Amino acid sequence: MLVRKDSADVVAPAAPPAVATERDLRLDLFRGLALWLIFLDHIPSNAVSWVTIRNYGFSDATEIFVFISGFTAAFVYGRAMRDQGFVVASARVLKRAWQIYVAHVFLFAIYLAEIAYISQTFDNPLYTEEMGILDFLKHPDVTIMQALLLKFKPVNMDVLPLYIVLLACFSPALWLLLRAPNIALATSALVYALMWKFDLNLPAYPSGTWAFNPFAWQLLFVFGGWCALGGAQKLAPWVHSPILRTLAIGYLLFCFYITMGWYIPRLANTVPRIVSDYIYPIDKTNLDVLRIAHFLALAIITVWIVPKGWERLKSPIFKPAIICGQHSLETFCLGVFLSFAGHFVFTALSDRLVVQIAVSVLGIAIMVAAAYLLSWYKRVERRGSGPRPPAGKPGLVGSGA
Amino acid sequence: MRGVIIALAVALFGASATIAKAEMPAPCRVVEHQLDRETGLPRVAKAIANKKLDVLVIGAGSSSLPGSGADKAYPARLEAALSEQLPGVTVKVATDIKPGRTVADAIKPLVSNLASIKPALTIWQAGTVEAMRSVDVDAFSAALDQGIDAARRAGSDVILVNAQYSPRTESIIALGAYSDNMRWAALRHEIPLFDRFGLMKSWAELGTFDFTAKTRKLEIAEQVHDCIGRLLADLVVNGAKISEPPANGAR
Repeated sequence: MLVRKDSADVVAPAAPPAVATERDLRLDLFRGLALWLIFLDHIPSNAVSWVTIRNYGFSDATEIFVFISGFTAAFVYGRAMRDQGFVVASARVLKRAWQIYVAHVFLFAIYLAEIAYISQTFDNPLYTEEMGILDFLKHPDVTIMQALLLKFKPVNMDVLPLYIVLLACFSPALWLLLRAPNIALATSALVYALMWKFDLNLPAYPSGTWAFNPFAWQLLFVFGGWCALGGAQKLAPWVHSPILRTLAIGYLLFCFYITMGWYIPRLANTVPRIVSDYIYPIDKTNLDVLRIAHFLALAIITVWIVPKGWERLKSPIFKPAIICGQHSLETFCLGVFLSFAGHFVFTALSDRLVVQIAVSVLGIAIMVAAAYLLSWYKRVERRGSGPRPPAGKPGLVGSGA
Repeated sequence: MRGVIIALAVALFGASATIAKAEMPAPCRVVEHQLDRETGLPRVAKAIANKKLDVLVIGAGSSSLPGSGADKAYPARLEAALSEQLPGVTVKVATDIKPGRTVADAIKPLVSNLASIKPALTIWQAGTVEAMRSVDVDAFSAALDQGIDAARRAGSDVILVNAQYSPRTESIIALGAYSDNMRWAALRHEIPLFDRFGLMKSWAELGTFDFTAKTRKLEIAEQVHDCIGRLLADLVVNGAKISEPPANGAR
């Protein structure tokens, strides 16, 4: 029953036998799905994005992405910290943060190309105000510098800076998570509470603060890490209790009802004043408690429907999402790039529904293909300087779906 | 999301779902549910009963048209449409429009205009400038609250107007959080939100207007503003109707 492991599903480096926990494929699956949803949501006016979860509740794919990233970071670097010590593990974490920074700058270059193109091809008296956004091309000295400092973050480019800051500060948190996980989690919650009390956030350019407040979102990241390092087992009896499950379903339905009201004024008018006074505004920047609750409710239902070690996880249907989740940084960046490209197709060629569906499907297909290519390349690399391996490894051909 | 709902609504209810008033030109027609037809405007109802309706439009650049177009922009079109729909009522629409002004900076002039004009209705356009400058969303929301409260204290109903749908700049101006907060402000204060973004988007989807063209001509811009003025007038008149008689309003 344990022989299943060599079925080429596990791309992560083989775990030393000392660590019992095998990489949970569910993490890769849901991170891959979250990346697809983020891609769909990032194409403005994309009709296909009605399938994404943000339209049916308070939280969206960002919560899933940050939580799973915290989980896997603690899982991978926690092992490194135990085996190789604090310094080596910290160096690896920082190297990762640097890679993400480089990726962010790469995306910014693409953004610059896009905005420069728009400024040359667009003019309309209806949009005199909106075209003011292009003025920033007149001050590249300031804006580009601010972008390198992570203060100027154009649309759809806020997630990576958050991730960079979270990783850059992760080593001490991980150190504490390994020794006293509960204290680490409590500290994280304390930072979250202090953030609300004192309005902590990092400054942004040209005004305001970060759209994803790191002081707030760290909670989800650290909570992910806490779950990875044994917390999940501790929570198991709670998560599987029927009472909590019922509460979760009830809350999800409530969120669904409220969200539908945003699109249907008639429905919104049935929501009592006290309720709307209490829930609004639902703060994404500071990771509103209502959003956390919605994410947790989703998680409870998800682990119920998809239990650990679920046999079907290894079926080819889920392979594309899993493989995207295993190369999350590359897939994320490609997704942002493709969403720019997709939007370009909508405005330059056509935004008919058929085209929107085609662009969405094609975009995901490209993300999957790239992820397959990467995992094939990683395997080749790992095999080292030997003769070129024969083609036709399961990575490239085995998708079937 | 909205596009799908519109498509569904059109499929289910067909032409009956559109506002098919005789005076509404075909290009302006939209799906019924896109206009809030439930929220009353008691102060407007009272003003109409007294045969004198003063309206204040406060907003940024997208509430005006460049060049000669002051009487072609939606505030002037609103005045014309209201006068047409409310015979015997003296309708006056005053404007305070400044390109590039944020909601927070609009509070002071709003308060002084409320005192001098004493409008029965304040139409407040917001969202674009804030999104372009990525103003703090909390501060945006707080400023909206402040302005809405000030207007109501001064005896004025309020309608919020959100940003325009601008497909070409959509991927570089993130309207999302600002649109959401305007929607929520409207829900909390129980005032109508005129969903300019949604309306323009459905025009784009229906092929009524092409918003992606590179042009210097004002023709389409003027038509769009005319439709917005008419639909706003529709919302105002309907809101007043709901609130009749003023003694016991809708809520």
